Amino acid sequence: MSETLPRDAATAGPGGTDDVLVRVDDLVKYFPVRGGGLISRTVAQVQAVDGVSLSIGRGQTVGLVGETGCGKSTLARCIAGLIPVTSGTVTFEGQNITNLSRRHMQPYRREIQMIFQDPYGSLNPRRRVGSIIGDPFAVHKTASGSARKKAVQELMERVGLNPEHFNRYPAEFSGGQRQRIGVARALALRPKLIICDEPVSALDVSIQAQVLNLLADLQQDYGLSYLFIAHDLEVVRHVSDSVIVMYLGRIAEAGPKDPVYDSPRHPYTNALLSAAPAADPDAAASRQRIILTGDVPSPINPPSGCRFHPRCPKAQELCGQQDPPLEVKAGDPSTHVTACHFPVQEGEVLARSGRASGGQPR
Amino acid sequence: MSLLEVTDLRVSFSTADGAVKAVRGVSFTVDTGKTLGIVGESGSGKTVLTQTLLGLAPGGQVSGRAMFAGKDLLTLRPEQLRQVRGAEIAVIFQDPLTSLHPLYKVGWQICEMIRSHDKSVSKKQATERAVELLGRVGIPQPRQRVNDYPHQFSGGMRQRAMIAMALALTPKLIIADEPTTALDATVQAQILDLLIRLQEESDTALIMITHDLGVVADIADDVLVMYAGRAAEMADKHDIFYRPHHPYTKGLLESIPNSSAAGERLKPITGQPPSLINLPSGCAFHPRCAYVMDRCLTEQPDLIAVGATGQHRSACWLPVAAAGIEQDAEEIRRRAVEQGRHGAAAKVAEAIAAAPESEGSVIA
Repeated sequence: MSETLPRDAATAGPGGTDDVLVRVDDLVKYFPVRGGGLISRTVAQVQAVDGVSLSIGRGQTVGLVGETGCGKSTLARCIAGLIPVTSGTVTFEGQNITNLSRRHMQPYRREIQMIFQDPYGSLNPRRRVGSIIGDPFAVHKTASGSARKKAVQELMERVGLNPEHFNRYPAEFSGGQRQRIGVARALALRPKLIICDEPVSALDVSIQAQVLNLLADLQQDYGLSYLFIAHDLEVVRHVSDSVIVMYLGRIAEAGPKDPVYDSPRHPYTNALLSAAPAADPDAAASRQRIILTGDVPSPINPPSGCRFHPRCPKAQELCGQQDPPLEVKAGDPSTHVTACHFPVQEGEVLARSGRASGGQPR
Repeated sequence: MSLLEVTDLRVSFSTADGAVKAVRGVSFTVDTGKTLGIVGESGSGKTVLTQTLLGLAPGGQVSGRAMFAGKDLLTLRPEQLRQVRGAEIAVIFQDPLTSLHPLYKVGWQICEMIRSHDKSVSKKQATERAVELLGRVGIPQPRQRVNDYPHQFSGGMRQRAMIAMALALTPKLIIADEPTTALDATVQAQILDLLIRLQEESDTALIMITHDLGVVADIADDVLVMYAGRAAEMADKHDIFYRPHHPYTKGLLESIPNSSAAGERLKPITGQPPSLINLPSGCAFHPRCAYVMDRCLTEQPDLIAVGATGQHRSACWLPVAAAGIEQDAEEIRRRAVEQGRHGAAAKVAEAIAAAPESEGSVIA
């Protein structure tokens, strides 16, 4: 069926500049906070993303994790060109696509698609499923009439929906099926990169597995690259080749998934991993949890030095003064980078307190 | 005697499309100081079950018994139930932003809770108590924060405030309905720790409703797995996680991504939960079950003991010995299926195998 889709599968795979599909260099995104009054001056900046660099290889999945408000969704929207960037560059297949005009961005919109978290909010309830999935064809004028219908039905079949349900409304589908509609729409123009922003968080666990398997199949068939944002660390581990851990707009730690998960160097990564609940009573009972105190600080006025230092169990004086560079720590592979003055050593126990006394901020 | 003893609870709602059978005969007990985890997918009836106990699901036809400290909750008049609610049974809801009133100060809302149950408490005393409670649940500078509005609290702090409110009248039982679903993992860990600590201090019983098996593994003593309004399996948490009997429990456990099988294909449960108006015949799980047999299509299995102690119970026609995730249990299942599957069930099994991961059908 793929040959009748608007773009050819052969475009995927190595070619152009090495094997990097997307490169992000020192990306910064500040949102102005305006004061009240007649002349609304900018009184502060929300530093949502503050100097992030990354690259996504062809056919690769990069996982992006972090707490609410760490800037993961903003970063995704900057890469997709949905919001203008404050500074830094986004490069797609060697072309700088940062802050392009609408007209110049148009061809790249076909290459970069998004799947959103909420399968209820991201589909217009008053439009039929067939026309929702067919929208990309209409917008990019690549197929119309019966050709469009045929392409849409093939897409529906590909993502595990019944093509006969072309004329139904989103309300007639369950959550998992709606997410499949979102996947079909993202897939329509045969993009090279799909940004998945929490694609399975709203789904039940048995349905979540169905959608994750579908995404894996599509990647294999079409050579897609994914930027996969999720807060569930086990899901990210399952789908990703490499992982980026963000904290307050910066990268705390990044690298291939195995070293990051098996020997995390940043205390924040350690805390995140220890906090994730495991579906295993014995492991849960024996695990030493690192309970972080308090909440993520405000990105309007981030802490000095290392942004994690007020919550860090290992913080020392230096951490409040100097921002740690993102660098390879001794003994790590050259792709595994950590931004920490005092990285966690192997065998080091970080858990400050047992669970009985934990959870007490300050 | 158990603190709460629910027997054969049934709840249905009449709608234009027919009766929605949300809960179809569920029995369980909760003891003082223990935690019961109730797990199930969306629409399995877990929330309706607990809301019915508190009279919070109006309009339903309810039958059965729910004995709590000598009273049947289902027969209490609304004003009697109001005395129980909050004072003896407290509830923590999923979304702390919508369960706190945005226009009243957090402290005021806790005071109101205390004073509406005990008029003899002065405003000043109630505020003192609110400060103490906020401190106990780990809100920094409680004396200042007591005068904050809910929007000045973060998500985790709001949930702490909800817990403070739940604790205000030292209830015997707390029902927590997905209390950490809206929170980040690090904050979820804080809240679970807090609940465990508070439970140890005050010996409260806890019912934890969640769809997250990780939360259950962490906090529960016993687990009730619900499917389509009925108990599929009920056991001590170790039995549920290491010796599951019901194919639905097994399916849930297998569909979670885990580190030991990273990179391998996930094993989802085929299809989707059934409509509660038009339930499948026999065992409601049979259209999704990999071990479907002929009798599953026509006869509804009862919850029977499958373990040595009688504590581990499962509602499935597979042999009692077919509990566990190891090879020998799988062998017993396979043999039972060979003997029990002819004609009709073979067709169902074929349909499941043919569309292993698509959700072809549309919900009614």
